[in-house]
Amino acid sequence: MTNSELDSLRSTALKVREHIIRLSEGGGCFIGASLSCVELMVYCYARVIRRDKDQPMDPRRDYLFLSKGHDVPALYGTFVEMGLLDADRLRNHLSTEDSIYWHPNRQIPGVEFHSGSLGHLPAVAAGVALDCKLRATDNRIVVITGDGELNEGSVWETILVANAHGLDNLTIVVDRNHFQANIRTEELVPLEPLADKFEAFGCRVTRVDGHDLRELERAFAASVEEKGKVKVIIADTVRGKGLPSIEARADRWFCAFTATEVAQLLEELHGNVAASIESETLVVR
Amino acid sequence: MTYEELLIKMALEDERIIVMTAENRALVRNAPKALGARFIDTGITEQTMVGMAAGLALRGRVPIVHALAPFLTMRAYEFIRTDVGIAHLPVKLSGYIPGFLSDGNGPTHQSIEDVSIMRGIPGMEVYCPADEDDLVKMLPAIWTSPAPAYTRINHKKGSYSHAAYQPGKAEVVAEGSDVTLLVYGFLFENALQTKELLEKEGLSVGLINMRSLKPVDEGSIVRAAAGSRHLVTIEDHLLTGGLYSIVAEVLLRRRMTAAVTPLSLGERWFRPGLLGQVLETEGFTPGKMATKILNSSTYA
Repeated sequence: MTNSELDSLRSTALKVREHIIRLSEGGGCFIGASLSCVELMVYCYARVIRRDKDQPMDPRRDYLFLSKGHDVPALYGTFVEMGLLDADRLRNHLSTEDSIYWHPNRQIPGVEFHSGSLGHLPAVAAGVALDCKLRATDNRIVVITGDGELNEGSVWETILVANAHGLDNLTIVVDRNHFQANIRTEELVPLEPLADKFEAFGCRVTRVDGHDLRELERAFAASVEEKGKVKVIIADTVRGKGLPSIEARADRWFCAFTATEVAQLLEELHGNVAASIESETLVVR
Repeated sequence: MTYEELLIKMALEDERIIVMTAENRALVRNAPKALGARFIDTGITEQTMVGMAAGLALRGRVPIVHALAPFLTMRAYEFIRTDVGIAHLPVKLSGYIPGFLSDGNGPTHQSIEDVSIMRGIPGMEVYCPADEDDLVKMLPAIWTSPAPAYTRINHKKGSYSHAAYQPGKAEVVAEGSDVTLLVYGFLFENALQTKELLEKEGLSVGLINMRSLKPVDEGSIVRAAAGSRHLVTIEDHLLTGGLYSIVAEVLLRRRMTAAVTPLSLGERWFRPGLLGQVLETEGFTPGKMATKILNSSTYA
């Protein structure tokens, strides 16, 4: 990745964060968990996932499955910036006339599968990966999971099965933002040492700073190595990244802001003001 | 033809078919050799198996998945409902040892709410063949339909030679003006003998093998209700949500009423044991069913 490519991705990530912030107005959204995976999402769609815009259902495409479905604002923001989704459509957020709601669904072109219930898409993605193996095609299958999501036993069950079937075309990316919905992961069901757990389950593991695009490049390059093993990238991130009012705060899970607050947060994002939202617990669902 | 012979034949003719099992191989012992990589045993992982089946179906496959009925329908229920149901994918669920067929296993293995919970999923079809002959007559239509489907697998040999299967239609074995027995699955054979016992008592007895519980053949129920003084629903299932409920729903929708006696498990698990003894204890032998029907208020 050249410096200018890097700058371009950073600029895209900033725009995606703007979309996320705007989606938190009115009915609100899961803003913190969306902001943590922006670089991940942008990097995947810009540099990892091979797909032809004109043939979106081409069976030779790479697949990205969003298992932590509540961070869908990051996905839709990325779709807009990649030219897959009309920006105006985001104004239909939470309108029953459209399908832009709190979790992804296939009514939105580019979404491979719906999610919302945690611990499902590793298995669905493993089914797709298995079919690609049966057909001997070189599709790459990426699943983004949360870290709280790793509480679900089905994730670990699927990893055992996927490794038993040698699904090395499957990459699980953990958005390790260190928070469950309401509490730090390590205060509830501790996950560390997390890399060791995945390794013990037979995976090839890389751990990187999930906000550093060059590190993500390194992680995705490293993760094609080693035949027969499911690849895991643990991306250490900060929940609410980019907004001091939100960053790493347990009480900023689901937020619904006013238009004035959204304007303040956009100023924060661009570094023009420090933390601007001072209320204690915001709307938590 | 057996279940497995049909499965292998259809899979060899249609490369979309993938045979999966959560390490329940009783029905598919020869499938690994016959199908190679299109036989997938995920281990004791019903949730992962169903999620993977959804992924395979997204790629154009038709997965036929196997597990013991209670673990398939309940351990993996949310995966069936959320991944298969919401996406309306052609995943075909084969539940082994449903109802009384779990005989001595005990309540952990009793799948006696499967009809109720599976038919609660929008778009999910529910099938209950009477015996092996019925099973192999029904499965080609079930497996080639684009809908998700749950089948109560019953491969016991029966004495009755079934009519060809018409999708979504019941098999009307006989019509009768005094009483009509509505039955599905394994209890068909005993219902057939119950019919004979009742006829010896001078009753005119109808018998319907329901075959498909969703979609249900409403016409067959309505005609029975109109043509018989008495209906009896017979099922190795809890009272809630099974055939008795289905009949009630159909009659209410048609603004009809009828005298209906349910022979079901009510609201409890059955006493485990050898199948013959279970049927005696639970009152589902032909003799006990005939007595219950004759003693019901309709004939008092």
